[in-house]
Amino acid sequence: MQSQARLGFFLLLTPLLLWLGLLILIPHVDMALLSLRERVGVGQYTTSLANYGIFFGEPLYMWTFLRTAVMSVLATVITLIIAFPVAYYIAKMARGRTRSALFLLCLVPFWVSELVRTFGWMILLRETGLFSSLLQWAGLATGPVEMLYNDAAIMVGLVYTSMLFMVVPLVTTLESLDDAVIEAGYDLGGSGLSVLREIIIPHAMPGIVSGSIVVFMLSLGNYLTPTMLGGKDSLWFTELIYSQFIVRFNWELGAAFGFMLLFLSSVIVWGTLRLTGQTLERTMG
Amino acid sequence: MIPSIPQPRAFRAAYMAYVLLFFVYLALPLVVVAVFAFNDSQFPSLPWEGFTWNWFFGDERPMIGVFHERPILRAIGTSAIVGSCVALLSVAVGTSNAFLFNRYRFRGRGLLYVLMLLPLVIPGIVLGISILVFSSTVANGLWDAVKYDAEMLRPGLVLVVLGQFSFITTIATLVISARLQKFDQTLEEAALNLGADRLTAVRTITIPYLMPAIIGALVVAFLMSFENFNTTLMLVGSDAPLTVAMFDRLKEGSTPLLNAVSLLLMIGSSLLALVMIAFQRRS
Amino acid sequence: MTPDLECRTLCKRFGDTLAVQDVSFSVAPGSFFSILGPSGCGKTTIMRMIAGFLEPTGGDIRIKGRSMLNVPPNKRPVNMVFQHLALFPMMNVADNIGYGLRRAGLPKSEIVRKVGEVLERIGLPGIGSRRVDELSGGQKQRVAIARCMVLEPDVLLLDEPLGALDLKLRERMKIELKSLQAAFDTTFVYITHDQSEALVMSDQIAVMNHGVFEQVGTARDLYYRPETAFVAGFVGDSNRWAGTVEQVDGSTVALRTAEGLLIRSRAQGKALAKGEAAEIFLRPEAIRVARDAADLAQFDNQVSGVVSSLLFNGAASRILVRDEVGEEIEVTLPQSGEFATLSRGAPVRIGWSGDQTTCFARQG
Repeated sequence: MQSQARLGFFLLLTPLLLWLGLLILIPHVDMALLSLRERVGVGQYTTSLANYGIFFGEPLYMWTFLRTAVMSVLATVITLIIAFPVAYYIAKMARGRTRSALFLLCLVPFWVSELVRTFGWMILLRETGLFSSLLQWAGLATGPVEMLYNDAAIMVGLVYTSMLFMVVPLVTTLESLDDAVIEAGYDLGGSGLSVLREIIIPHAMPGIVSGSIVVFMLSLGNYLTPTMLGGKDSLWFTELIYSQFIVRFNWELGAAFGFMLLFLSSVIVWGTLRLTGQTLERTMG
Repeated sequence: MIPSIPQPRAFRAAYMAYVLLFFVYLALPLVVVAVFAFNDSQFPSLPWEGFTWNWFFGDERPMIGVFHERPILRAIGTSAIVGSCVALLSVAVGTSNAFLFNRYRFRGRGLLYVLMLLPLVIPGIVLGISILVFSSTVANGLWDAVKYDAEMLRPGLVLVVLGQFSFITTIATLVISARLQKFDQTLEEAALNLGADRLTAVRTITIPYLMPAIIGALVVAFLMSFENFNTTLMLVGSDAPLTVAMFDRLKEGSTPLLNAVSLLLMIGSSLLALVMIAFQRRS
Repeated sequence: MTPDLECRTLCKRFGDTLAVQDVSFSVAPGSFFSILGPSGCGKTTIMRMIAGFLEPTGGDIRIKGRSMLNVPPNKRPVNMVFQHLALFPMMNVADNIGYGLRRAGLPKSEIVRKVGEVLERIGLPGIGSRRVDELSGGQKQRVAIARCMVLEPDVLLLDEPLGALDLKLRERMKIELKSLQAAFDTTFVYITHDQSEALVMSDQIAVMNHGVFEQVGTARDLYYRPETAFVAGFVGDSNRWAGTVEQVDGSTVALRTAEGLLIRSRAQGKALAKGEAAEIFLRPEAIRVARDAADLAQFDNQVSGVVSSLLFNGAASRILVRDEVGEEIEVTLPQSGEFATLSRGAPVRIGWSGDQTTCFARQG
């Protein structure tokens, strides 16, 4: 029995180790090594920090890096602000069938490819698009209005694409808040605002954190939305990685960029978890 | 702010209006995509030129419909194959992981659990390039050592499958773990007590109990694979899955053909979602 | 003296169902008032209307003479101990208790002082910094009460707060609640479906069924002088028969059960006429057991039968006696030792006074 249990344990452990080892850990180590490699001649390499030197030395790279970070944070905050009242409505105001129907409705757009969603926004926002035509028809604009290819368009796309990943964890945590606890807050003299601040938001914190982490990650690592909706000046950091790897074929620099992106996301995720006293297991698992 | 707390009528109305507006915002891009699939025009935009089925069934230039557009059909096929492989692989490993974390207490369990979650917080594009880098390191190594050209380790469908599998497995593990945690282990003990051996008990009691989660994970994994763009883009070779093929088209300029494909995608994934919900209701 | 709480013809309708129907009552200052009833009788609805979480369809709720209609729950001078207590899990004990004080805008030092005082009063000094989930069931209970009492409400509402506790603790908390109520000298309105909680703690009890108050009175009133068949059946244990009136003689009536047992009883409520259907109630402890007919001479009801079952339960032991016509009667077995050897099948005689029996005209 004992040896059988051990056998079972190793049988179950093997796929996990193979997966994590061969597809996650070793590739990242390999990528780290590659990013530390400098080409000094044909087929000759030395280990150096040169690739990171290029990154920090070129203002365009640094600028794009910071811009991507800031805009991702902004997208996360906007998503949270838009999603919270809706999630609260679904979890605490709607009842029975309405609740499950609304919840399902929230999920529907995300059964569809991100490409389709982005395409939809292109049709809406471009010069010959629906909004532009609508404005002209209403007499608010004299000629076609281009709303695509700028940072605002990127933001619209990012927020839209991430919405589900904010709404679902929020609804889940808010649903677990007993109505009686909210009622107790009012019964003891609390107003809507103080109940929100002292009871509802603290309770929803794990949902807020996990939703924010996922949305931030998705925004930071997004390639499609910034490429399709952004203009010439609105470069996203993932576009730099793509061009180093696929267009310029400079894998060493691309790997260094990849590492910077990974570093940035880890720092922000870790910082958020520390700041809010949550752990990865609790927020994700 | 729950129904039992009296609120001013105006506040309630404003709140309802906000929620309504939110759902309009959610639906708008999808509705627009769907509607323009039927526009009798070269461009998916206003003005409305009349209704047509040509973007689905048309077989003459310039209006070749989805069902006569070879490259698109092939891309759909590629995506379906990739999606099936990813779904089967990730659910198999995910189930194994779920049992491991649920049934065994061992040293390093906490660390492994965090590592298991890690793919969720690694940007997809970074996952893609790291696998690309590692696989070509291995392929080059093989070439240098034994002069063997490992074709499958070069960008192509195998790498696409591995790349998607690397993070979808985490999702599958979480979905299946969630249900396994609710499983009452005394049921298995009862089966043992009634004469089943351990493996039979798991096969006849635990696995059927997990079935809704396994089916759910299969559907979710398939859809995530079908939709995936970031990781796929870095690993794709000559055979492009649908999202990459559409992306390439879209860069050249859009025609309502893309709307038609999108509409089919929406219908397809809604049907899959409905099947999954129906299945979970039943059990 | 104005009552602390007064409800006048209170009504609540949910769609087609009338959950609360013309309920009127008043609660004297400093008293312990219970609403006792089976689940679904409307007692929670009344409580939630008083707290302000439901709007009455009709009638008025007055607290210290002031109407509470259109006063939002956070402005009412009542506080509520919720069924599952609803302690805020995201705060420690002191923050829970201080929550209402912070809402009232008291200065910090004052809040700290008051929280300390109330913790002292509930006998849990120094646990302010504990987390809620570190407390035992009984401690949580007391913290939930302290959280309300620190605000010095005119009325404290308690919604079956002992329901979640295990039996032993529940027994202890009953006594503790009563003494807390005396110590704080505040009006408590308590709802429960557990009659022993209501009987032990209350000054006044209202028995509620199908949205109406069946009877309001002291525990003794309800137990010994039930005014309706529902109260007689719901409060305490009873032998219960259906029968028809054979004879009416002033305030006593003679009834015959379906099996044919003749019972003399005092009539309660509406006067009974000959031939009318009635329900008869008799408490097991009102029946005397004897081996000899002479011992039962003073009783106007006498039955002989055999012991069909022994239900041993310590001090509350009973026997089932099957009489000649086949009715089974539950009888409390005296524990004086006299009947220690009684066994199944033994012949016994039982008797009781018609004064101890109540009967009501059958409803509907």
